[in-house]
Amino acid sequence: MQYLAPTTLDDAVSMLAAQAGDCRVLAGGTDLLVRMRSGFAEPDAVMDIKRIGALREITTEDGGFRIGAAVSGAEMAENAALVAAWPGVVEAAGLIGSTQIQGRATMAGNLCNASPAADSVPAMVAAGAVARLASAAGTRDVAVEDIPAGPGKTNLKPGEFVASIFLPARPARSGDAYLRFIPRTEMDIAVVGCGVSLTLDAGGTCTAARVALGAVAPTVILVPEAAQAIIGTKLDDAALDALAAACSAAAKPIADKRGTVEFRTHVAGVLARRAATIAKTRAGEQA
Amino acid sequence: MSRIHVTTTINGDPVEYLCDPEETLLDVLRDRLGLTGSKEGCGTGDCGACSVTMNGRLVCSCLVLGAEAEGAQIATIEGMAKGETLHPLQRKFIEHAALQCGICTPGILVAAKSLLERNPDPTEEEARYWLAGNLCRCTGYDKIIRAVMDAAAEMREAS
Repeated sequence: MQYLAPTTLDDAVSMLAAQAGDCRVLAGGTDLLVRMRSGFAEPDAVMDIKRIGALREITTEDGGFRIGAAVSGAEMAENAALVAAWPGVVEAAGLIGSTQIQGRATMAGNLCNASPAADSVPAMVAAGAVARLASAAGTRDVAVEDIPAGPGKTNLKPGEFVASIFLPARPARSGDAYLRFIPRTEMDIAVVGCGVSLTLDAGGTCTAARVALGAVAPTVILVPEAAQAIIGTKLDDAALDALAAACSAAAKPIADKRGTVEFRTHVAGVLARRAATIAKTRAGEQA
Repeated sequence: MSRIHVTTTINGDPVEYLCDPEETLLDVLRDRLGLTGSKEGCGTGDCGACSVTMNGRLVCSCLVLGAEAEGAQIATIEGMAKGETLHPLQRKFIEHAALQCGICTPGILVAAKSLLERNPDPTEEEARYWLAGNLCRCTGYDKIIRAVMDAAAEMREAS
């Protein structure tokens, strides 16, 4: 195996393009190294992107945040402005693994690992996050929900990798939240996850919303019907009932050791209701 | 296959080594440098027995490639005591009998030190969450937490 460590994005894309064999991009390594050590991945090369300065930074851009692909969960949690703007996204990323894992794991890696149960992905999808993909052909921006293709599979083209994730600017009175169900207090994989991001008007009526579910389909899914259920309402009980029903209807889970189809379908609605309530409270606090 | 030449700093000392590209930092520490305080429990980042800090950040050395340590500042359990003088955490672990077989202990000490450097006055809950990635299969966690809280209190008084 070859270890590649480019220091610029230009070098990285040309190195990746020049690789004939299986070359994996190494960010935090908390999935890749586990796969390599267990024999599930035997790459010909790994390309470490952590020496590319621009990919290690969180920068503000057009009122939003651009998070480099090599930024760890711990670094996100230490960025006060990011936490204030997108608490749900930061909390979702922060749920991944232990303190040790947080020191390394990245949202870009969580996205490209393409687990249906990835914690940061429903929060990013709810946030309307956009991944910037880099390759020798240049860069292109793709909505986060369009990256996963199925368990462990992405829609990235050969020679392409995620360079950064952009969280857009948000209007006043906006809030987001991510909740997952696990049978213990932490260090577990989501049985169901739900991200909600919403905006209220001055009177407390929801004017915009995005709702995403994890672990209830082959990929994280955006649920437009769930958003429609709360847009135009003040998130009263009837609206939250409709939100929960839309999420349960959109859930198409499998049964496995973590949960049954019936349980996951029900919990999708429960989590959506609770996450929306938290997001609403956060939006109100911004007024 | 060519080996990679790495120049790094471990416990304040400049260190150079050659490692294979797929070799982990844990294997480098243990097998090439003789720093066997960091243990391999699971090898998959679940147990924390291999905890070290890299540029001040707590990580599992089994999930870091040796090649990634180029130019980094690494701190391991071997750098915790100053000569014969134990770190307060080490002393409190002995006083509270917060270990039995000792396999998890180096990782827990490194992790607890990292916590107290960031947060000298953690609540018990904060300490338990911070150390949730360090598994212990014999002592149980109560004595470990008591030792950490006691060391934190002593370190606050001393500072």
